[in-house]
Amino acid sequence: MILIEDLWKAFGTQEVLRGVSLEVKAGEFVALVGMSGSGKSMLLRHLVRLIRPDRGRVLVDGLDIAKMPREELETLRSRIGYVFQSGALFDSDTVFDNVAFPLREKTRWSETKIRSKVLEELDSVGLKDADRKYPAQLSGGMRKRVALARTLVRAPEIILFDEPTTGLDPIVGNSILHLFDSVHKRLNLTGILVSHEIPEIFGIVQKIAMLYEGKIVAVETPETIGTSQNPVIDQFVHGKPDGPVHY
Amino acid sequence: MTDSLTALGVRLIALFMLAGKTTLFLGEAVVCSITRPIKFRRIIEQIWFIGWKSMPVICLTATFTGMVLALQGYPTLRRVGSEALLGPLVSLSLISELGPVLSALMVTGRAGSAITAKIGIMRINDEIDAIELMGLNPLRYLVAPNLIAFLIAMPLLAVVFDVIAIFGAYLVGVRVLGMDGSAYFGEMSNYVVLHDIVIGIYKSMSFGGLIAWVCCYKGFNCRFGAEGVSAATTQAVVASSVLILIGDYLITSLIN
Repeated sequence: MILIEDLWKAFGTQEVLRGVSLEVKAGEFVALVGMSGSGKSMLLRHLVRLIRPDRGRVLVDGLDIAKMPREELETLRSRIGYVFQSGALFDSDTVFDNVAFPLREKTRWSETKIRSKVLEELDSVGLKDADRKYPAQLSGGMRKRVALARTLVRAPEIILFDEPTTGLDPIVGNSILHLFDSVHKRLNLTGILVSHEIPEIFGIVQKIAMLYEGKIVAVETPETIGTSQNPVIDQFVHGKPDGPVHY
Repeated sequence: MTDSLTALGVRLIALFMLAGKTTLFLGEAVVCSITRPIKFRRIIEQIWFIGWKSMPVICLTATFTGMVLALQGYPTLRRVGSEALLGPLVSLSLISELGPVLSALMVTGRAGSAITAKIGIMRINDEIDAIELMGLNPLRYLVAPNLIAFLIAMPLLAVVFDVIAIFGAYLVGVRVLGMDGSAYFGEMSNYVVLHDIVIGIYKSMSFGGLIAWVCCYKGFNCRFGAEGVSAATTQAVVASSVLILIGDYLITSLIN
């Protein structure tokens, strides 16, 4: 379970997170939505201590991630998968080597066992025949799939997706979201998905949390969010140019 | 008055913080270099990249450095009737000074800048964060192999530089200016001692460590965007080059 309590973060004089609180129960898949630049990705980075908060706590299974010693943090991080917006693939390695990297470095598996596991994961994301290609030879959607395979190969218990469909066309974007949905259901993972894809994400998450002006203003089911009378949520969900949110 | 004191204080604090950060970075890189698991394959790859791929530029620079040393040195020595000492002049200048310094400057421009840019791009593409989130230390994969490779490759490159430059000077001194070939090499063996060669190797290893430290640090801490990578690369090359020259002076003054 992930528990975020009164999280604050500022850069210089700009306060980005101003008391964020959110609870994600084990096995739950939650979408984090909000305007561009509202701090969604930054909030996600706090969950794996890529950023430390100015104030507040992030608890993963009751453990305060900001206060963990390095060894404990590494153990916790090995239970968490993080799919970056860019994919964060190693450009000088092939797709196979990218996916095999965590297994080669974190396990004592034989190369045969690693090969079998990597090809299995690549098959599960529909990229069995792309193992010898380099990331530069892949489309945006394929890169996201490889990033997901590299994350899944470590068998994480929690998975964090940072805007995985940004820059993809609607068909590829939807296929990626449905892939996440099937992975979540198959492995019963706890997940947080940062996304702008409304209403596409409504069918795959249990809850939607909206971040606005540095705070979570709503945590509701997709149905409730879709019919919310809250003017901020209404404007965001329906993409209205007029309303309380100014760009 | 108060404002200028405050500004000075802010600058001093920033300087101390930078010194602390860079020292911690080096310390962690050294620890990763001498503790298991050591990434032998990456070390070999980096020796090939830093050492072997720098050979053309090293050979070219060395040839012309040797040639110009002979062209400049021979007439000067002839004026004082010591033209037979061209060999010692060229070899002593190269082995303990010009070889390590010029080869280090060339390698900074060719390999150091490329390493800063590569690590910088990995930083802005989240690749370094991805390694960290796999529960691994990115310094072990990106910095330690470079540090070891620079320490191995730089002395070898400096030796290659010295040998080629000595033959470059031979070409001009003996073949073009008409000096006696046996005197060129004979006098050289009389004057050059093992101590000079050891100093040259020690210097080039120090410069190798310095280039790895500065270039990896700059890449690791680069700001975001193409501009950030560009600035980091420029700063790495300028800082490494200046520190090589300062380091050369300090090592020479300590030894003498």
